[in-house]
Amino acid sequence: MKKLLLLGDEAIAQGAIDGGISGIYAYPGTPSTEIMEYVQRSKIAKEKNIHRTWSTNEKTAMEAALGMSYAGKRAVVCMKHVGLNVAADPFMNSAITGVNGGLVIVVADDPSMHSSQNEQDSRYFGKFAQIPFFEPSNQQEAYDITREAFDFSEKFNTPVLIRITTRLAHSRYAVQLSGQLPQRVTSFPENPKQFILLPSIARKRYKSLLNHQKDFLEEAENSKYNKFYNGEDKSTGIVASGIAYNYLMENYNGGKCPYPVVKISHYPVPENLIKKLYDETESLLILEEGYPFIEEQIKGLFNLGKPVHGRLDGTLPRDGELNPNLVAKALGIQYQQAFNIPDFIANRPPELCPGCGHIDVYNALNEAIEEYGNERVLSDIGCYTLGALPPFNAISSCVDMGASITMAKGVADAGVFPAVAVIGDSTFMHSGITGLIDAVNDNSPVTIIILDNAAVAMTGGQPTSGEGKIEQICRAAGVAPDHIRTFVPLRKNHNQMVEVLREELHYKGVSVVIAKRECVRVLQRNKKLKKQTIKT
Amino acid sequence: MKKDIILAGVGGQGILTVAAVIGLAAMEEGYKIKQSEVHGMSQRGGAVISHLRISSKEIFSDLIPEGTADIILGIEPMEAVRYLSFLKTGGRLITNSTPFVNIPDYPDREKLLSYIASLPHSIIVDADKIAKEIKAPKSANIVMVGAASPFLGIKKENLEKAIHILFARKGEKAVNSNLAALKAGEETVADKV
Ligand SMILES: Cc1ncc(C[n+]2csc(CCOP(=O)(O)OP(=O)(O)O)c2C)c(N)n1
Ligand code: SF4
Repeated sequence: MKKLLLLGDEAIAQGAIDGGISGIYAYPGTPSTEIMEYVQRSKIAKEKNIHRTWSTNEKTAMEAALGMSYAGKRAVVCMKHVGLNVAADPFMNSAITGVNGGLVIVVADDPSMHSSQNEQDSRYFGKFAQIPFFEPSNQQEAYDITREAFDFSEKFNTPVLIRITTRLAHSRYAVQLSGQLPQRVTSFPENPKQFILLPSIARKRYKSLLNHQKDFLEEAENSKYNKFYNGEDKSTGIVASGIAYNYLMENYNGGKCPYPVVKISHYPVPENLIKKLYDETESLLILEEGYPFIEEQIKGLFNLGKPVHGRLDGTLPRDGELNPNLVAKALGIQYQQAFNIPDFIANRPPELCPGCGHIDVYNALNEAIEEYGNERVLSDIGCYTLGALPPFNAISSCVDMGASITMAKGVADAGVFPAVAVIGDSTFMHSGITGLIDAVNDNSPVTIIILDNAAVAMTGGQPTSGEGKIEQICRAAGVAPDHIRTFVPLRKNHNQMVEVLREELHYKGVSVVIAKRECVRVLQRNKKLKKQTIKT
Repeated sequence: MKKDIILAGVGGQGILTVAAVIGLAAMEEGYKIKQSEVHGMSQRGGAVISHLRISSKEIFSDLIPEGTADIILGIEPMEAVRYLSFLKTGGRLITNSTPFVNIPDYPDREKLLSYIASLPHSIIVDADKIAKEIKAPKSANIVMVGAASPFLGIKKENLEKAIHILFARKGEKAVNSNLAALKAGEETVADKV
């Protein structure tokens, strides 16, 4: 079998293809985006006719994957950590329905918030749903675990969660492939009531999930992805989960760690393995990427007696991702730093690309809103969030996808006039439409600026589900047609844009202003691709 | 054999291509590589770093520990210095001298370059100028690969082979200008080897 150099994300994608999926569902989000992108480029996926188009948001993705599972086929659904908040309703309920075809949910967490609003740890969601979950420690495990997860899911009639973090998602290593497992044929669940979560049935289903808990634990205790490594030095026992295990081994040059170690990549937390470690050693050190998930469980409310070190007692920082140096410090190993960074090094934050239409919109908006001030401009998540930074300082919020419209409505409800929302086209499709309908139903005096650049630009320029449809959707939601205005955000149109914005800011009802110009980065990329295909 | 390399630059300067060329060449030579890269937000004109690890043994951490990198290879001078804490004693900082100024408080150029020159084993190369001279203005990143090539512990043929493989998609002209860039970069550091 072949060896391929794969990102952690790509290893998961290849594992899903080889695991026999018939569909992958996802909405882009760093650091999970490359999973779907890999399947979209894959020749085998094309041959096998694997469903592989982007969904409108994580909830629709999760539900479609559940539908494919219901119909007897294997499906994977991928998202970034905050995407699971959006998909939480179907996710939590899928634990109750169980599956028919194998169902795997891949969630990529972003500790240190390289490209995110928070650093929530998805392992809590796994525990919350009471399903088995995995945390691969390297690219090979990411591949193997994903490939095997569908069997596991079918065997125990449960969805399975795989949690990775940024550094694994975006790091490459050679991965040994195993054979391809066959796709399944369509079949409905044996129990026709399995997916009907009426209370009387749901109670039974829930009992069945609870009855499975001991199986899930037993599987984790005996999993090949969880290991007990003996060590001579019993002063400390180390629990290392996911990629924290690599940082531990880095400090021993890949050789032998002197302390006994329990490596965890398969949950629920294997109690017996940890009990053995606890009994053998004088204290524990818990290394985990994310929240102190294992540490809290080991400590419990009443510490059993022996010291447990980790993120809770300050041995490791409470927040942010781990790295080999932080782990070294926790192990009492000294690194010598040869050079210090001179203090004249300046920060270089990301910025809008030269020529980006968002620049023209913010220049116009800042002028139009000058008489009111931009505290009333609520915004959203995308490239345009960079409008919060100088030189624009144009927006006052960025919370979660879709929140610009609904927060602006709340601001208007509180008596502020005018209130403005700035939202990208993909974000509008993702979860802006429902908010727009609320605003229309209350005739809230809000001006909603939709930045229609025909791309999910922030995550690399994927197509949006709203292409060419934004205006129609706003009409259908009930916005008065003469208050749906469109302009092309270009410097030469500045005065016209200011004029349109001023008019709509004065209007005491819902107005939508659509700024329509393609993302220049996507435009350049498409030109390049065209050139290449002509050549080859 | 073990070489830990920090690649530094600004989003859009071709850091990932540099990583791909060196990484592929190392694999051609039979080494293991692990390469962590930055995707997402900071790719829009922000600071970008990639950790490239080459070894004959299994590689554990995806990140190079601070204080242990053998080489910092900068496509932009301030970005090279930003990650100085990663360099080991005796490590080498090799950087392009052309600043990418997209922030108001970019440090004084003379001060920055004389600081770099004062570091032991540092090498400063005007990669943008060289790339223009050989009529491959977009290949400043590959000029830097050339400048680093004598210190990578990887054969020249394998770097060339990697360029052939990676740029084939873009056509013969792209392959040739990048090969020329590699050579020009190597020649400028000939006296330092
Ligand atoms: C729930 C959720 N899913 C995904 C993301 C990742 N993400 C950030 S912005 C964005 C979309 C941006 O697209 P758009 O609104 O069209 O703005 P653009 O970047 O094109 O300006 C995505 C997918 C997120 N932050 N939250
Ligand atoms: S990627 Fe597109 S939308 Fe984002 S800043 Fe660049 S041009 Fe603007």
